Amino acid sequence: MLVSKVSAILVALLIVSFGIYGSEASSLTAEELGLSIAVKAKQLDRGWGDSQADMTMILRNQNGQESRRVMRTSNLEVQDGGDKSLVIFDEPRDVQGTAFLNHSHPVGPDDQWLYLPALRRVRRISSQNASGPFMGSEFSYEDMASFEVEKYTYKYLRDETLNGHDCTVSEYYPVDRYSGYTRQIVWLDKTMHQPIQIEFYDRRNSLLKTLTVKDYQQYENKYWRPAYMEMTNHTNGKSTVLLIENYRFGTGMTEQDFSQAALTRIR
Amino acid sequence: MRDFLLRSVVYRPISTLLICLTIIIAVSWGAGLLVFKGDSRVFFKPDNPQLQAFDQMESVYAKSDNVAFLLVPKNRDIFTRENIELIHSLTDRSWQIPYVSRVDSLTNFQHSFASDDELIVGDLVRNPQLIDQPMLDQLRAISLREPLLVKRLISEQGHVSLINVTVQKQGVDPEQELADISQYARKLQQEFSQTYPDVDIHLTGLVMMDVAFIEAALYDNETLVPLMFIVVFLAIGLLLKTITGSIAALIIAISSIAVTLGATGWLGIYLTPPSAAAPIMILTIVVADCVHILSGMIHEMRQGKTRHQALYDSVSTNLKPIFLTSATTALGFLTMNFSDVPPFQDLGNMVAFGVMIAFVLSITLFPALLSLLPMKVSSQQNYQGSPLMTKMSHFVVAHHRRLLPGSVIVMACMLLFIPQNELNDKYVEFFDESVPFRAATELMEQELSGIDTLEFSIETGVTGGINNPQVIAAIADFSDWLRTLPEVDHVNTITDIFKRLNKNMHNDDPSWYKLPDNEELAAQYLLLYEMSLPMGLDLNNQVNLDKSATRLVVTLKNLSTYQLLELEEYVSDWFAEQYPDLELKSSSISLMFAHVSKKNIESMLFGSVIALILISPILGVALRSAKYGLISLLPNLLPAGIAFGIWGLLVGEVGLGLSVIIGTTLGIVVDDTVHFISKYLHARRERQMSPQDAVHYSFQRVGPALWITTFILIGGFLILGLSTYRVNAEMGIMTATTIAVALIIDFIFLPSLLIATDKAAVAAQPDEDIENNQLTPKEKLPC
Repeated sequence: MLVSKVSAILVALLIVSFGIYGSEASSLTAEELGLSIAVKAKQLDRGWGDSQADMTMILRNQNGQESRRVMRTSNLEVQDGGDKSLVIFDEPRDVQGTAFLNHSHPVGPDDQWLYLPALRRVRRISSQNASGPFMGSEFSYEDMASFEVEKYTYKYLRDETLNGHDCTVSEYYPVDRYSGYTRQIVWLDKTMHQPIQIEFYDRRNSLLKTLTVKDYQQYENKYWRPAYMEMTNHTNGKSTVLLIENYRFGTGMTEQDFSQAALTRIR
Repeated sequence: MRDFLLRSVVYRPISTLLICLTIIIAVSWGAGLLVFKGDSRVFFKPDNPQLQAFDQMESVYAKSDNVAFLLVPKNRDIFTRENIELIHSLTDRSWQIPYVSRVDSLTNFQHSFASDDELIVGDLVRNPQLIDQPMLDQLRAISLREPLLVKRLISEQGHVSLINVTVQKQGVDPEQELADISQYARKLQQEFSQTYPDVDIHLTGLVMMDVAFIEAALYDNETLVPLMFIVVFLAIGLLLKTITGSIAALIIAISSIAVTLGATGWLGIYLTPPSAAAPIMILTIVVADCVHILSGMIHEMRQGKTRHQALYDSVSTNLKPIFLTSATTALGFLTMNFSDVPPFQDLGNMVAFGVMIAFVLSITLFPALLSLLPMKVSSQQNYQGSPLMTKMSHFVVAHHRRLLPGSVIVMACMLLFIPQNELNDKYVEFFDESVPFRAATELMEQELSGIDTLEFSIETGVTGGINNPQVIAAIADFSDWLRTLPEVDHVNTITDIFKRLNKNMHNDDPSWYKLPDNEELAAQYLLLYEMSLPMGLDLNNQVNLDKSATRLVVTLKNLSTYQLLELEEYVSDWFAEQYPDLELKSSSISLMFAHVSKKNIESMLFGSVIALILISPILGVALRSAKYGLISLLPNLLPAGIAFGIWGLLVGEVGLGLSVIIGTTLGIVVDDTVHFISKYLHARRERQMSPQDAVHYSFQRVGPALWITTFILIGGFLILGLSTYRVNAEMGIMTATTIAVALIIDFIFLPSLLIATDKAAVAAQPDEDIENNQLTPKEKLPC
């Protein structure tokens, strides 16, 4: 199973590297094409090493009431493995200093730890549940985690222009049986190879949420990062805006900064 | 003008028929536009404060519409591998129910425990296939100790279990959404009942209640309306001995209903379970008009007149009384506009409209039909009138001295029982026992917990306020106090989660099963826990966005509205006194029904008074006498009072449906009184008869029509009493009782009263109304 998956990715890599893409790819199946698009996107986003950013989440309910979460994130690129990430919460004040560490794995559940300053202890969270709301927002951790090709199977649907972006539209089917979704429809900008919009379909395969991503900027002449993401839940009328600013690359962080031991030292 | 119209109707029936039919068909066309709305929301005006509070709470937390599967295994033990397998598999499949947002069951309960430095949060049961006896024992121990589960998803003895499916209807096409949800749930119920024959699976919950509303209304219109048609047809045919008359009356009834439904459709008013009773009510009342004309015509024909002449005379003499009675009936139904329940307003307006249409049709289309259809009546030269009425009138006149005080005493006794009625609406009991929703819900109450809930939002007004140790302690104390109340089955509170997490974070040491003692710790526990929950099982239904407020859901034993309102007030007062710094908001579907039921009774009493104030002068003018207008008040008012006395004696519970009775019956009851008194006055004024003879005359002229119409009305409303929808059924039974009482009063009390007052008046001085009355009553006393 795993072998066949890996070989499929190899095939896709070959396809990508030989430049068989777009209109010339008519001989490929929709599945192969979808995979190759995803592989290409991941490939183009490689090499950033490590990065940091500041995030503000604004949660809104149907009545227009709002609530804010503020956090700092650090990410480390890991070659031949899942990326590592660290989230430190600044607001609300009563969770200030709480830190969330994630080691993602292309296959199988991620490893997660949480540092609780009030208890001065690190707790490993054993949970296959990446599908629940992140900080009570409309984002789940699953939605925010780093993209790994192996986490989905793919199917290319069509080309389409969305909000002025020339996009490919593909369906992503999660491999993880604990995923909250049956599928996602992803609009990927053809030049940035980054998502412009994602539709999330729930267990009943009906549209649950739509993510809109805007205000991309290119960093290091290569890596596109958005400043604005908005997740709208269609069933409960709530929405969450995620504002990301102050992207920094090459900050010199290492594996050590993403270890359990490092969690306790965080300020 | 009037004469021309009547002549055209009787002597040029074809053109009348064509004109009427054209209009009827045109208006009835609108019936195609009718929309039926069945969900419980239709009972509330958009500006209803309880509805707004409810919507407010739903938008802050989550919606609470639900479908619940109640699982009752025959072995009376949930903790067997097969039963756990059933719960696990049904839980899984329930995520496929349309509009589902959350599924709570024993197996997917988010159990948390500690293992070394690890917090494990996950489904209580993951692989039921691998479960063995020791695991079952452990599962039983954990489940029956967990306050969030016991008496909510599992009974204390562990013998029944519940799967609660929360749905988020989108409200685009509510009826279709309800149908989609309930059909899927029923499909699952059926499928799992077959796979697991040793477990009884019942369906309840708010969605199933809404569906039960719709199905009850459909049942009524599919079975009761046809039954009603048959009864009316037979009643007229047998009592008046004319088949063509029956057919003509039915055509009028069907036309009136069709026009009413058509107009309702054109106006864009939607049908609801209560207003779906309109056809039966219109049918019943319409027939009364026809009977008056028909019996008048037959009376004239028996005296030897030709068919057309008899018809003309009957319509001509009945025109005014029929108009009057139609107007008062319509006025009575229009009082339903005082109701706080929009469907009752619609019902009132529809019946009022239908009654006025029926009036127009019964003096146009009805005579035209009678003029065309063949009808034979054996003419009796020596027609002496109805023997039954003769007996009746002689009895009353002979014994009026005893009958008057006797009936006063009997009526007074009946009225004494009115206070026996207690305001009581259990919305489970909106349906009779044959409805599966009611059976399932009552079973659930008996074995697990009631369906009524009170939802409390405890608001601190401070961001993160619910993490404050003092607030947590207050919420925990409040929850504990609630649990001591006899009415309370279960309290779902965030504080139980705090305690559990605190224990988990201290390596599951039971001595740490207590509230965290500082704000940061509590906040971080919640953060940790929230990060570990799967989609659909989050805390957003318990905690608001900025964590300044939390929702407590209190499941209650099935209470009456009265008890529920009292409990809510008691709890709110207690809370306000104990925790003046915290705000408590309460809301729930049960509470909404309780409030609307209470308010409806108050506003309908007011409406009935208004109806009385409006109807009384009409009677005074119609009878051309203030005195007789006043006298008529007694037989108009007493029936409803006595009917409520009888109800208090036999049933004693007054709900939503009964609060509209006084207004609606008033209009119908007035009819009998008007007919009787106007004939009596006719006899006294134009024929200068003594009070006694005038009573004889009235009995002869209107007695048969009165008892036949009353018989049909009682029959019709009793058929409505067969409805599985108890609001309508009680309305039917109560109206029938009131009308029956009214007839007895009109036949016994009213004539006795008339004789007594008129004799007194004659003795004192000649009555202003009865000038030139030369005869003293004694001279004309017949026996």
